[in-house]
Amino acid sequence: MVSKFKQALDSGKFVITSEIGPPKGTDLEKMNHHIALLKDKVDALNVTDHQSSVMRFPSIGGCLAIQEMNGEAVLQMTCRDRNRIALQADLLLAYSKGVRNVLCLTGDAVPVGDHGAAKGIFDLDSVQLLHLIRQLEAGTDLGGNKLEGAVQFCAGATVTPEAEPLEPQLIKFEKKIEAGAEFFQTQAIYDLERFAKFMEYARQFSVKILAGIVLLSSARMAKFMTENVPGIFVPQNLIDELAKAPKGGALKKGIEIAGRTIAAIKKESLCDGVHIMAINREEVVPDILAAAGL
Amino acid sequence: MKSITRQKPFDEVKQLSESFNRIFLVGCGTCATVTKTGGIDEVRVMKESLQDEGKLVTGWVVIPTACDEMTAEVAGENARAVQDAQCIIVMACALGVQRIDSYLNKPVIPALDTLFIGLEKSPGQYVEACAQCGQCILGETAGICPLTACHKGLLNGPCGGTNKGKCEVDKEKDCAFTLIYERLKEQGRLDLMRKYHPPKNYQVIPRPRMTSLL
Repeated sequence: MVSKFKQALDSGKFVITSEIGPPKGTDLEKMNHHIALLKDKVDALNVTDHQSSVMRFPSIGGCLAIQEMNGEAVLQMTCRDRNRIALQADLLLAYSKGVRNVLCLTGDAVPVGDHGAAKGIFDLDSVQLLHLIRQLEAGTDLGGNKLEGAVQFCAGATVTPEAEPLEPQLIKFEKKIEAGAEFFQTQAIYDLERFAKFMEYARQFSVKILAGIVLLSSARMAKFMTENVPGIFVPQNLIDELAKAPKGGALKKGIEIAGRTIAAIKKESLCDGVHIMAINREEVVPDILAAAGL
Repeated sequence: MKSITRQKPFDEVKQLSESFNRIFLVGCGTCATVTKTGGIDEVRVMKESLQDEGKLVTGWVVIPTACDEMTAEVAGENARAVQDAQCIIVMACALGVQRIDSYLNKPVIPALDTLFIGLEKSPGQYVEACAQCGQCILGETAGICPLTACHKGLLNGPCGGTNKGKCEVDKEKDCAFTLIYERLKEQGRLDLMRKYHPPKNYQVIPRPRMTSLL
């Protein structure tokens, strides 16, 4: 059966996804609150997989909580912490528990996280993980052995439209499509003219593109991101706008900017939807949607 | 260039050898001499440091290439001094340490950490060049090994952490796939970058790796 998220992607509607960051520990109250708050306002909710290489409650655990609440989960799966045996096993578990969507990621580097001495696995890369999913769907594992009961996933990946240099990124984007990616969630975009240029190119492929919307919570954060986070470009006028916000009003301004960006993407039909990342501020996602008129 | 080494902090060497009073010192005339970690000068400094700690250095030698078979002969020439020592401190890479250990029935203490197999990029600057994966892919990657030059050892292109030609892990480090891309583009072989690389065989020879070349 085709997943609800896949149905939304294929329906031609403007698709909205957001994401949940699981807690560091076993107190799931806040995570469950965020899921309850967002599950009916979006088409699907990603659960991050030890984002920034910081150890947390697992992505699959968050996805099961979403399924239990009748939401639609997207399992984020990185190649950083598991070899091909463990990745396959987790995909079998996810499918058996009703998870039908997977976002295939390389994963952040180990040294950027909070267990800097850990072994980085990267037995597979994101392109190989996509291939692996298609192979499991065909009924065999990566060792060529027949499965008793296969899987079926809507599989996606990420792309960075602002990567520098861009061409190697686009070559990998096309490899991901050839490997079976059905949808892409992009790295954060803020400059729609530049994004439109990327979409002109991306439109030639029959994949769905969800523009990444990362909430800017202050001028300082925006400046930090544009200067330090690979593939993120925040135009100076947005940084100025945040800086001019009244004291204590930067977050409100950031919500307004995110809402306005989403509304413009929708109005101009730039792409197929948006993926909203409010990183640690999941509770303001409804405000962003309201600001976007959604 | 082969084994790139770094001297262990002297305190660590001291701690490893604390139960021994009579010590024989071995350096290496090849890699460890070039990296200035275990050549004649460094062995002399180590000798003095150990003597300052009240140890008796029964003798020392810099073996031309500590990892090769001649090591047995050199050990023989120094039999007396080796005999008098309670342990051997080796200022060579792990290959030299293990070679010496296999010839002498004495506790062997490494004074160096073996960092990687690499090349000298510019004087005194070394870069890892080979992960010894057992299945060389340099022919498809413009002579740049992504297994070693990419932090994550990816095969199918850059990750999202690539940043203006640098790596997310360290702004001083180049992104392997930017280098591969530029080189392949220059050679008119970008089609190689579009090729799908399937999952790698990490068990070409399962560890412990051995082979017979007879």
